[in-house]
Amino acid sequence: MVQLRQRRDGSVKMGRMDVNEVLLPGVGLRYEFDNTDGDRIGVVAKRAGDFEVVLYAAEDPDVAQPLFHLNAEEADALAQILGAPRIAERFADLTHEVPGLEAGQVSIDPDSPYADRPLGDARVRTRTGASVVAIVRDEDVQPSPGPADVLRVGDILVIIGTEEGITQVEHIFDKG
Amino acid sequence: MHGSVALLIQIGLLLVVLTVLGALARKVSLSPIPLYLLAGLSLGEGAIPLEPSASEFIETGALVGVVLLLLTLGLEFSVTEFAASMRKHLPSAWVDLALNATPGALVGWFLGLDFVGILAMAGVTYISSSGVVSRLLTDLRRLGNRETPAVLSVLVLEDFAMAVYLPLLAVLAAGGTWVNAVVGIAIAILALAVTFLASYKWGHVVERLVSHPDSELLLLRVLGLALLVAGLAEFVHVSAAVGAFLVGLTLSGETAVRVRELLSPLRDLFAAIFFVSIGFMVDPAVMIPMLPLAVVLAVVTAATKVVSGMYAAKREGVARPGQLRAGTALIVRGEFSLVIIALVGESIPVIEAIAMPYVFVLAFVGPVATLLSGRVTARPRLQRRVSRPARVRRSEPPSG
Repeated sequence: MVQLRQRRDGSVKMGRMDVNEVLLPGVGLRYEFDNTDGDRIGVVAKRAGDFEVVLYAAEDPDVAQPLFHLNAEEADALAQILGAPRIAERFADLTHEVPGLEAGQVSIDPDSPYADRPLGDARVRTRTGASVVAIVRDEDVQPSPGPADVLRVGDILVIIGTEEGITQVEHIFDKG
Repeated sequence: MHGSVALLIQIGLLLVVLTVLGALARKVSLSPIPLYLLAGLSLGEGAIPLEPSASEFIETGALVGVVLLLLTLGLEFSVTEFAASMRKHLPSAWVDLALNATPGALVGWFLGLDFVGILAMAGVTYISSSGVVSRLLTDLRRLGNRETPAVLSVLVLEDFAMAVYLPLLAVLAAGGTWVNAVVGIAIAILALAVTFLASYKWGHVVERLVSHPDSELLLLRVLGLALLVAGLAEFVHVSAAVGAFLVGLTLSGETAVRVRELLSPLRDLFAAIFFVSIGFMVDPAVMIPMLPLAVVLAVVTAATKVVSGMYAAKREGVARPGQLRAGTALIVRGEFSLVIIALVGESIPVIEAIAMPYVFVLAFVGPVATLLSGRVTARPRLQRRVSRPARVRRSEPPSG
């Protein structure tokens, strides 16, 4: 038995947009919104993790024209393309929802002891309780990096944890 | 040694035939259930002279199939979705029940069946096949359509009605004195109430007990638990199906998602065997005289389903073509009508004889009608496609 979000049908705010959320019992959720061109766009988020993106015809708003289908990986990729520039911002938004949780960024300086070493060597979570949730390298964002991922000079690590934890993480990557 | 050779070859042959039939059905977006029933029927007529061990396997497989069907139904069930559906579509559910159970009950009465028989016939004509419908809506890419939430809500409420109905029917069908029946029903209702409460309040505790990171162990645990509870339920005459449904209900969260993934191939296999076994059980000599009545009942209840689906869609503010799409989507009857047959089939063979061809017709007609209902609205889509490039071009910056 799955508890989707405890939310009823209706309008929800996403960013500055009003997005209509419709429960599809047994299937998942459907989000609908109008873009500025006046197209009504729908996204069916299925329980299985795949997505269906549809467009509503102006002549008959009841019929969804299927545009494309995305499996979980493709949807992740698309979300990254669309959301990459704002990833740290988005994490900051997210942490507002949990009191005491903060998002921070730590850069890998040339004299950092962990430059060119795997992330796992720093044992961040064990030592501070904070988590590295993404590595931003130039234009690329790697979400949920693993312990084997090697850090490079200039990488920005996105950290989620308590304020104290984030300070400790900064210290680790600065001094070791 | 010789016996096992025949067993393996026969079961293998059966599965190969089923996969060919299933592929055929899938190719045209139809439900494979009617073809599985036909395969069973031809087996019963001796298409392959079955070894006793092979027919035993089919019998056992069918039992496991019912358990898995109901277990996954329980896993699909969500209190949140149920509550949301109740809020919006309780009137639709009543209309659905009144319009679709009545024709079945009337036919049962006409055939001179007892109360259990009438109740079983009402159930057979009432319950749409939620599995086939949601698969159909996905295949036809209608999940985005405005009428789809109405259809799915009606299905959720029907599935819930089954949770109450099946134990009731099982207890009554088991016979015995009225004291037995009352005690059985009380046990069933109590078990249902406790399960709902448990899954709502302590779902995470159950989850922690059952959950295991290893997929194999998780599968064995859940399957073992389901079969155990199903056996116990059968022991107190509340039907194995209901026990399995309850196990499905108690699982929630991440575990439920994983179990669903793990179980679905198993369920597909054993459910197919269950459908074959239903065809296998039916005696054509009893069935043939019942055919005209089954067809009439199918036509009538296809129409009543369309009406109840249209009513539900209308409540969502959907226009006429969408209402028709919703109505036709609900026509298909399938696995649960067959589960009902399996419950009472042995004691009342007439039901088997009429309900098998009934399900056969509607499992076939339903998807066809659903497909055709989409054609009605094909025209505006084309217009849209023609008009679109013009709009896109306008928004492009002038080049060159």
